Amino acid sequence: MSSDHVAAPTRAGAFVEGIGDQLPILLGVIPFGLIFGALAVSQGIPGWAAQGLSLFVFAGSAQFVAAELVGAGAPALMIVFTILVVNLRHLLYSASLAPSLRHLPSRWRVPLAWLLTDEAFATTSARLNRGVQVHAEWYMLGTGLTLWSSWQVSTAVGVLLGAQVPAGWSLDFALPLTFMALVAPSLVDRPALGAAASAGVCAVVLAWLPFKLGLVLASLIGIAVGVGLERFRKTVAGVPS
Amino acid sequence: MTLGFWAIVLLGGMAVTYTTRLSFLVLIGHDRLPPQIRRSLRFVAPSVLAGLIVPELLLADGHMPATLLQPRLIAGLLAAAVTWRFRNTWLTIAVGMISLWLLGALLPA
Repeated sequence: MSSDHVAAPTRAGAFVEGIGDQLPILLGVIPFGLIFGALAVSQGIPGWAAQGLSLFVFAGSAQFVAAELVGAGAPALMIVFTILVVNLRHLLYSASLAPSLRHLPSRWRVPLAWLLTDEAFATTSARLNRGVQVHAEWYMLGTGLTLWSSWQVSTAVGVLLGAQVPAGWSLDFALPLTFMALVAPSLVDRPALGAAASAGVCAVVLAWLPFKLGLVLASLIGIAVGVGLERFRKTVAGVPS
Repeated sequence: MTLGFWAIVLLGGMAVTYTTRLSFLVLIGHDRLPPQIRRSLRFVAPSVLAGLIVPELLLADGHMPATLLQPRLIAGLLAAAVTWRFRNTWLTIAVGMISLWLLGALLPA
C-alpha cells in the first residue's frame, strides 16, 4: 500500500492510485484468467463463448463453475441460477460500499456497479477504511478498469494459447496474500478481529458446501459475530447502543 | 450447445450478476436498510476477505490435509506477520511467495 498517495488531490491522481493498488492483485488474477480460458476450451466451449463469459458475466469463480457445468451438459437455466448463487456475496459488497458512493449521480453508480468484483471491492474498501474518501469514484474506476481489462486479455490469451504459466510457480497464492495486506488495516478492534477470525474458521469448516455458499454463510456468521462483540463491548462500557 | 443456449447463459448470467452488484448501489436505497444492518456493514470486508484467505492457506484441494506442516500455511503465516508489522502489500507478496517456493522445495511433498 503506497502511503504517499493517501491525500490523492486530483481525479487523475485517484484514478492512478486505483490502478496502482490493483497491480499486486493482477499477479494472481492474470494466471487465473489464462487458466479460465484454457479450461473453458478444454470443456468444449467455443472461444467466443468463453470470451463472452468474461465480457458479460465478468465474475471469475462463477465463470469457472459455469464452464464446468457446461462441460457436464447442464441446462442453460440451471447454469444461470448457479451463477446467481455463486455471486450472492456481491450483495454484501454493494451494501458495504453504498454509504460512501450514495452521493454520486447514477451515471457514476451504474457503471461502477459493473466493476464491483472481489478484487475491486478489496482495494476500494481498504482505501475507504484508511479514511480516504476523496474522488472515490475515480479510484474505483481506475482499480476496476485495470482488473476488467486484465481479465479480458488474459481470458483471450488462455483461449488462444492455453495456460502457459507453470503451475509450480503457484502465482494463484498472490491473491490471498494481497487480500491479507488489504484486510489487515481494518482489523483495528476486537469486533473486527472476531468477525475476521470466525468468518475464516467457518469458511474452512463450510468449504464442502457447493457454489461458494460456504463463503456466503461464513461471511454472514462473521458479520453477526462482529455485531455481537460490538454490542457486548458497549454493554460492558455502559454505553447505550 | 446452440446459439440459444449461449444467449441464455451469457445474457442470463450477466443479468443475475449485474443485479447483485447494482442491488444496494442503485436499485435499493441504502437508507432503506434498518440502522442495525447499516452498522453491521463495517464487518463485511474483514469477514469476506478472511473467508477468502483462510481456506487458501489451510485446505489442499478443498480438504483439510493430514498434517499442518503445509507450505501454504507456513508461508501464509509468515506473510501475515510481515503485513501486520510493515503494512506493505508488495513486501507481503514477496515474503509469502519466496517462502512458499523455498518451503515447497524443502518440505516433503
